[in-house]
Amino acid sequence: MTVTWQNLADGVALGAIYALMAVGIGLVFGVLRLVNFAYGQLVMAGAFALAISSQHGWPLWVGIVLCFAVVLVLSVAMDYLVFRPLRGQSPAVMLVATFAVAFLLENTALLKFGSLGKIASSVASLNQPWTIGGVDIRKISIVAVIVTVLCLFLLYLLLERTELGLHMRAASMDSATARMLGVRANRVISFAVLISGAFAAVVAIMLTVQTPLVTPDFALRDTIVVLAGVVVGGLNRPIPATLGGFTIGFATGVLGGALPTNQSQYLPAFVFAAVILVLLVRPRGLFDFSKTVERV
Amino acid sequence: MRRLLGIQEVIPPVALVTIAALLGTLVSVSTQAYFTDTLVKVAIVVALYVFIGNSGVLSFGHVAFVALGAWTAGVLTVPVAEKPATMPSLAHFLLHRHTGNVTSLAVAAVVGAIAAGLVGVPLMRLSGLAAGIATFAVLEITYNLLQYEERVGPGTNTFSSVPETTGLRQAGIGAVLSVIVAFVYARSRFGRLLRATREDDAAARAVGASVYRQRLIAFTLSGAIAGFAGGLYVHLLPVQIDSVHLDLTFITLAMLVVGGSGSLFGAVVGALAVSAVDSYLSVAENGTSFLGWHIDLPSGTAEIVVGVVMAAVLILRPNGITNGRELRLWRRA
Repeated sequence: MTVTWQNLADGVALGAIYALMAVGIGLVFGVLRLVNFAYGQLVMAGAFALAISSQHGWPLWVGIVLCFAVVLVLSVAMDYLVFRPLRGQSPAVMLVATFAVAFLLENTALLKFGSLGKIASSVASLNQPWTIGGVDIRKISIVAVIVTVLCLFLLYLLLERTELGLHMRAASMDSATARMLGVRANRVISFAVLISGAFAAVVAIMLTVQTPLVTPDFALRDTIVVLAGVVVGGLNRPIPATLGGFTIGFATGVLGGALPTNQSQYLPAFVFAAVILVLLVRPRGLFDFSKTVERV
Repeated sequence: MRRLLGIQEVIPPVALVTIAALLGTLVSVSTQAYFTDTLVKVAIVVALYVFIGNSGVLSFGHVAFVALGAWTAGVLTVPVAEKPATMPSLAHFLLHRHTGNVTSLAVAAVVGAIAAGLVGVPLMRLSGLAAGIATFAVLEITYNLLQYEERVGPGTNTFSSVPETTGLRQAGIGAVLSVIVAFVYARSRFGRLLRATREDDAAARAVGASVYRQRLIAFTLSGAIAGFAGGLYVHLLPVQIDSVHLDLTFITLAMLVVGGSGSLFGAVVGALAVSAVDSYLSVAENGTSFLGWHIDLPSGTAEIVVGVVMAAVLILRPNGITNGRELRLWRRA
């Protein structure tokens, strides 16, 4: 197995994208104790918005605005129609419910757009390589890292420097006590869902560069892998969740490119075996060193 | 007398399955396929009920055992002469092995039980969300291995030349058998202990129930039923790895949840009700007429409707349409 710079760059880029998805899933889990299995379908919807706009030949900014609009509207709808009525149910019931929503959305896309999918080509120019010091690195790799770092920095500012962020952190630490102290649960949850949706839109844009063919099962595999990564990292806290998402993206990106096919095809089995191992040995996640009681 | 009053609880689920099978004999051959498919799904949902219903712990992993059962029964019954052509990389010890239909189903059940037992040893310590994700990982690992491991099956190809022995009769007998096994288990000491841990973990421990051991027993038994159902499935239609993955997991979980995971009656009602809706819409996707109206739905409608129904039941009636209760025909005076 030989790891090239190109492999490493691809790994970092995939890790960055997965880290964003992990934060999106982790934010909602923090305030709602809900693992959103349908997160990938939000990304898929955004990707279809991009594909449709590029098919009509609309300018790039229209596509991006459309992408954000579709994903945010869907997120809010999901919150009102599914998350709210389910509040207070056990995490397992909520997981099954979002599983149902995921299938609903995937099949709606299948019904509307067919299984062959559409091509999103408006941002595909980012697939061209830049040559840095004799090494070819695709532009998207660099853009993905910059965008992710920017998003995470903005999220950090929001969580640490604003009152809303304080409320969100309080709610995810102890929802009941936070509410008693005057944190408005619905507002906090709506914001978490919105931010999570915005991240899904960003992910949709970056993933369509890597995979321009948008099908109804777009981002489904990615979501499953990210969910695994979030669990491995530690669901309860944003930083471990992010690290988990990044690690699993980096590992699959590098190993997927560097291993010969007859070995890399078993990568998912190893990733999920690692998930089981972590759940058994460190149920709070690899990167969670805090001393709080496990709530998973 | 009290015992008899309890045993009557098996009558409604068995009766429902029998009625479904008998109805299947009245319709055309092409429609009959939907009834046969429904009966196999009943067996899978009953397998889910044995573990999820009695323990209250979620599992996304049972379709992995269905897949293993399908692979086992399929590989064992493909005629020896056709194996080199359909599965060129098959391991040597499987190449010349051949069994009949009933034996293959029994072996599939044993393989399902062994796999579930092995997986259960580490996994039964988990509950809640962690159990859900770990069992999901089991599904993904099985999917990944069966997809590329061509020494044990056809890989990503469709299973061809498996004798199609699962007709209405075999599926009906299989479903009734699964229901009876599940019923006997639920009424046994083991089933009662497990339900005690579901209702109140601490109290059950206090009276000496081992949560871990009871869950492991249920998981192994439900693995056996799932493997058996997988055997029925591969004898019904040419199975491909993607037909025993997420879609089947979704539809069978939906059936259990819609019917009510707390009771065997709920599992059977859910399987039959969701199948009825699903089959009717699938027929309608190819064009049909209803009370003189011509209906021609676009393909994919069935999945969407089932998804909406499942989400709606979870939100409005979390214990399912039977509210998780068994149906009793006679009550004590």
